[in-house]
Amino acid sequence: MEEFFQQLTNGLAVGGIYALIALGYTMVYGVLKLINFAHGDLFTIGAYLGLTLLVSMGLFDKIGPLPAVILLAVMVMILVAIIGAILERVAYRPLRQSPRLSAVVSALGASIFFQNAIMAIYSPKFLVYPHDILPKTVINIMGLDIPVMRIIMFLTSLVLMLALYFFIQKTKIGTAIRAAAIDQGAAKLMGINVDRVIMLVFCIGPALGGAAGLMVGLYYGQINFSMGWMYGLKAFTAAILGGIGNIPGAMVGGLLLGVIEALGAAYISIAWKDAIAFCVLILILIVRPTGLLGERVAEKV
Amino acid sequence: MLLKIENLRVNYGNVEALHGINLEVNEGEIVTILGANGAGKSTTLNAISGLVNITGGGIFFQDKALHKLPAHEIVKLKITQSPEGRRVFTTLTVQENLMLGAFTSINSERIQKSLKWIYTLFPRLEERRRQLSGTLSGGEQQMLAIGRALMANPKILLLDEPSLGLAPILVKSIFDTVKEINRAGVTVILVEQNAKAALKLANRGYVMEVGNIVLADTAANLLQNEQVQQAYLGGGH
Repeated sequence: MEEFFQQLTNGLAVGGIYALIALGYTMVYGVLKLINFAHGDLFTIGAYLGLTLLVSMGLFDKIGPLPAVILLAVMVMILVAIIGAILERVAYRPLRQSPRLSAVVSALGASIFFQNAIMAIYSPKFLVYPHDILPKTVINIMGLDIPVMRIIMFLTSLVLMLALYFFIQKTKIGTAIRAAAIDQGAAKLMGINVDRVIMLVFCIGPALGGAAGLMVGLYYGQINFSMGWMYGLKAFTAAILGGIGNIPGAMVGGLLLGVIEALGAAYISIAWKDAIAFCVLILILIVRPTGLLGERVAEKV
Repeated sequence: MLLKIENLRVNYGNVEALHGINLEVNEGEIVTILGANGAGKSTTLNAISGLVNITGGGIFFQDKALHKLPAHEIVKLKITQSPEGRRVFTTLTVQENLMLGAFTSINSERIQKSLKWIYTLFPRLEERRRQLSGTLSGGEQQMLAIGRALMANPKILLLDEPSLGLAPILVKSIFDTVKEINRAGVTVILVEQNAKAALKLANRGYVMEVGNIVLADTAANLLQNEQVQQAYLGGGH
């Protein structure tokens, strides 16, 4: 039983990462019906920028671990958001009126560009985050020994997700994003600047993905230029699992995928971890083709 | 004159949908545009709203050239549209839909006043304000689409086939409401296939055929016009 709960907490921590990345896929799909294949690489960029800032600014020595991590996260999120906005402007907006396949090819091209740029700037080798900067404390909760970092990681992703959910559901701009995802023409008739909404989505999604990249770097310690591929694929799976285009769906899908993977690795075989995750995806899609939370309302004409 | 369309041309790909039409709207009027499917009525409204690009001519609101502005800037000038097929945001609640109609307004007092007015025009919407708009009936969705377009406190309201698919009794109630909206000072451009009801309501009318305006007259004259009676009012009766 203890093994089960250990794996559960581990799965939730990883699932939080998947969920954060999945939100970027699902939001972009919501407004543009486009899978942003470069999204996984924005996650990688977050991890690399985090490392660069961490090493060059020496924040941990100056202001202590917690303020340093928060400041680092804010800086990484802003920078990756800017890169996301540039990506949209350069790679997707010129193709807005073209067939959808053109934008997909452009996305794949952007992904290859980012990977090679990271490789050229940093190096093809694995890079290592300084490993003595974060507390290695393990706390005991109801008989379970859980690393503090795992809890912090899960809570951070939870806070970011709740903030996004509140923003999308309760604010005027958030409602405009939802409206643009339903019907862009009608949204324009409301006076919504749809181009700006799309730009904003391309800031929020990458910012969350970049934060996830930083968290992976801090938690697992080593990063590589191609790490965005597998994380991106998993997060994309999570987005589909929850119902692509649906924001709560991406959160649920991410957490669920993380837990399934962790339990599968523990009880079946660690070598089959990825296969188990994708088998679950296939099974769920057979039963619910629109994902767990997809298409909540039947549309009446 | 409030709105003037001059020699307006619109293309969809290589096909010209409007062949240079002229149309004028005075302040306080209800102007109706009649015609069969594919005559270019909706295209005209969408050109005014900035949803389609024009290939020639111009659209002028007071002194401003609307055809040079993006759609969201046109809404800021207080020209709003209730589009064909209603196009309410189905997974948003009724009230969220209405609040989006006021997206360009910042004066919250003014927004609350508009909301109150719309709920008096369409009490049904107030009853269902927390419901997802996709669960409304066709008539209620039409009310919502009109109400949403009114939230920006428009000077000109463009209505694209508000009677489409509605039971006759509902059509009458919608048209009565349009009259009430007009009395409150809103200029209305009404695109309709239900010619008789539209002409009874309107001050003036235009008849369109395959991308051209073929008749322009007062509504009273058009009701008496033999051509119009033959084509749209089911014969001389």
